[in-house]
Amino acid sequence: MGKVHLEIDGKPFEAEVGSMIIEVADLAGIYIPRFCYHKKLSVAANCRMCMVDVSSIPKAVPASATPVAEGMQIQTKTEKAVSARKSVMEFLLINHPLDCPVCDQGGECELQDLSMEYGDDVSRFTEGKRVVKDKNIGPLISTDMTRCIHCTRCVRFGQEVVGIREMGAIGRGEHMEISTYIEESIESEVSGNIIDLCPVGALNAKPSLFKARAWEMRQSPSIAAHDCLGSNVWVHHRRGDIIRVVPRENEAINEVWLSDRDRFSYQALTEGERLLKPRIKRHGEWQEADWQSALSFVASEMKRVIGGSQGKNFGGLIGNSVTTEESYLFQKLLRGMECNNIDFRTRRRDFSGDGRSSVRSGFNFPMEELDHMDATLLIAADLRHEQPLTALRVRKSTGFGNAMAINPFDGEYNFKLAHEIQPDPHFLAQEFARVIVAADKLNPDVLHAEAKEWLNGVESELVHEEIAKKLLHGEKSCIVLGVYVQEHPQAQTINWLAESLASITQSEWGYMTQGCNAAGNKIAGAVPMQSAAGGKSKAGKNAKQMLLEGLQGYFLFNCEPDVESVWSKEALNSLNNASFVVAATPFADGRALDYADVLLPIAGCYETSGTYINVEGTWQSFAAAVKAPEESRPGWKVLRVLANLFELKGFDYESSEQVINELREKFDAAGENKVARKIPPPLMQVNESEVSRKSLGLYQVDSIVRRAKALQQTPKASTHPISVSRVTT
Amino acid sequence: MTDLSYDHKQHLKTLLPEPAINEIDHWIKKYPPERKRPPIIAALKVVQEHNGNYLTEELMQAVGEYLDVPQIAVFEVATFYSMFHLDKVGKHVISVCNNISCSLRGADNVIEQLQNRLNIKLGETTDDGLYTIKTVECMAACGGAPMLEVDKVYFENLTEEKVDQILSDIAALEIAKQKKPADLSAEVKK
Repeated sequence: MGKVHLEIDGKPFEAEVGSMIIEVADLAGIYIPRFCYHKKLSVAANCRMCMVDVSSIPKAVPASATPVAEGMQIQTKTEKAVSARKSVMEFLLINHPLDCPVCDQGGECELQDLSMEYGDDVSRFTEGKRVVKDKNIGPLISTDMTRCIHCTRCVRFGQEVVGIREMGAIGRGEHMEISTYIEESIESEVSGNIIDLCPVGALNAKPSLFKARAWEMRQSPSIAAHDCLGSNVWVHHRRGDIIRVVPRENEAINEVWLSDRDRFSYQALTEGERLLKPRIKRHGEWQEADWQSALSFVASEMKRVIGGSQGKNFGGLIGNSVTTEESYLFQKLLRGMECNNIDFRTRRRDFSGDGRSSVRSGFNFPMEELDHMDATLLIAADLRHEQPLTALRVRKSTGFGNAMAINPFDGEYNFKLAHEIQPDPHFLAQEFARVIVAADKLNPDVLHAEAKEWLNGVESELVHEEIAKKLLHGEKSCIVLGVYVQEHPQAQTINWLAESLASITQSEWGYMTQGCNAAGNKIAGAVPMQSAAGGKSKAGKNAKQMLLEGLQGYFLFNCEPDVESVWSKEALNSLNNASFVVAATPFADGRALDYADVLLPIAGCYETSGTYINVEGTWQSFAAAVKAPEESRPGWKVLRVLANLFELKGFDYESSEQVINELREKFDAAGENKVARKIPPPLMQVNESEVSRKSLGLYQVDSIVRRAKALQQTPKASTHPISVSRVTT
Repeated sequence: MTDLSYDHKQHLKTLLPEPAINEIDHWIKKYPPERKRPPIIAALKVVQEHNGNYLTEELMQAVGEYLDVPQIAVFEVATFYSMFHLDKVGKHVISVCNNISCSLRGADNVIEQLQNRLNIKLGETTDDGLYTIKTVECMAACGGAPMLEVDKVYFENLTEEKVDQILSDIAALEIAKQKKPADLSAEVKK
């Protein structure tokens, strides 16, 4: 692309041919008012607010829809430009209600801001204003359609970014309204973004409606805790209460978007039933206790169970969405007590890969690259419900490239699939193997003899060859394994197949993980086969063994295995039969009330400082946005104090930074630990009835999301057999 | 994955006779296959004609499925153009233009006269189900303002007498039940 030279407000700039005036001005930091223009959406040029004065053109032109040209002289503040904007503003305000004092957008409203500059004090319009009936589009978004100025950002977002058009402009002229088809609620898993896109108060967040004014809130940067991307967010809070969560721009991770799950999950913390004081169960009755007595009780009971069995009869299970610091201290504490039964993988069935120590995160290529793939092969990846924002990225790539899927379950895709295979879940690995056989035919020099022998007898068909061809011939291609793959009884086989296929077709490959911090948990050493940073460890029991064998004692750290484990029934049984269960949790509901003996109130996300390591291996640290309520404390502090009670050495941390720095040093010293995958055992039909069960539903993934009220009222909440009513006993 | 055995095109086929489907297919073929939205207008016109001059939710949904466009896209078109009716209308829909040219040339009088003669308000249908009056946006006949359209025929340069004449002609037609509305224009133009 060539360059052109132009002047904006007298300053010379160089710009790409084909870019619009407003893009160049934005890059240069010259603000041009706009309502309908958005850098991530197509140009609509229907609000006419961005009028600028171009020397060679007699009339003012919209900066968002006027491409730059050589020698263009643009003035953004001449009378011609300003009077054009003033006229536009007069028209916009004709039908806009004067209800800013009761509008949630007031104080952060683009229309309000710009009307200060371009609006008249007195309206010349004396006729009646139009009134538009509000629509009910679901529990997440409130509508005040009289305020709508028809910028159509929300319509274009659905059509272009999400790929599922739910909103549209119905009617005509004065009667035009933005609406869904015959009052339907919006079903998209990223619908909340239209709240941010709306430049006025027509679309607002329903859960935070009328809770606070924009200028009363403070914002703290944080990291969202519900999928393995680690989307960047701002937490808006007032006097220590979280009011809402909005996206923080990070092009490499979440761009400018946020999934509804990350946006509205905070409701569990503000409106859920919180555990506010430590509790001890005495003679079957829950009694509130102070921290000291609760922790001493935990210490003595743990000593009893661990000491009596040399650590063999006690197990520690940690949640998928705890901070790396908590995870690191958790394993350090238990290992310090000579107990190596530590795990976070309560949804794993195949532990055959545990012998090789590895600190690899799921992806070894940047997530951003998904935008540019010529070919993407999805294996059992229901991206829209697992990592909603990656589905938007893959959708971008299908503009020029191909997306293909092998998925045993009914996937919902917001992009076109070039090929789709739906094998029986028992034969997922077998079906995938056929693609490798096809790829091996096309490029036979990569796979070594042993692997070829392994694949002997597997036949490929035309569709497998087509998939292999697209992966091989695409300049950039990748294979993405969904969360379900790691839950499959042949997870290791499928991982090996993906790695092998990637090497044949010169593709990238990566696997998605449950929760926001699976990589962090692994690096922290919250697994039985390796300690922190891939260090050596004595053998311990994994999650499956702990839950199925039934131990005497359990330490559950923000983990509800009775709900979130693939062994949930067995887990409940084991927990009920254990002689001592301590649960550190932010919530005072759920079955922990039945099976636990001590409840320790810990902070939820946004209430603790910490670090999440996302699926690409990016370490993202954050400070607490608000203080945890009443007696609840950040998890890392609880673990540190508990370790002191055991008189363990090396627990004198004063901040979570010290914890993460200690781990980071170990991690950097260990270097990259590359261990080749072993050839898996021969392919067999998986003989487990559990195999057909899907991964956790969109709004079931962790203890916080499961208790987020508004999310649980959406149509998407009911797509999974585990319902909230079963969570709260 | 959506149920592949469900043919999205089937539903409309059960609602319309074959010639109507063929007519819609004829319009679809006029546009490149990846451009799915242009035939919406033509399809809705055909569907409306076969449904007593109005559209239902079921029909609009079926059109969306048949053309493989989002429901809302069909709904947008159906609500934009005044020639599409979303509620049951009379046998003869009298559409009066009240845009600027017609307005300046006395469209309000025409509307007033129609309301009085038929004893209904704008947007209403007479009890016998024969007439509906409504206002529409510019029909590109400003040269003959004020104007109205009824049964696809334009009547221009309206006067009180002319409007009376149109109404009595339609009434006569209904009584006779012999002539088609198309013949009407020939008569009026005489």
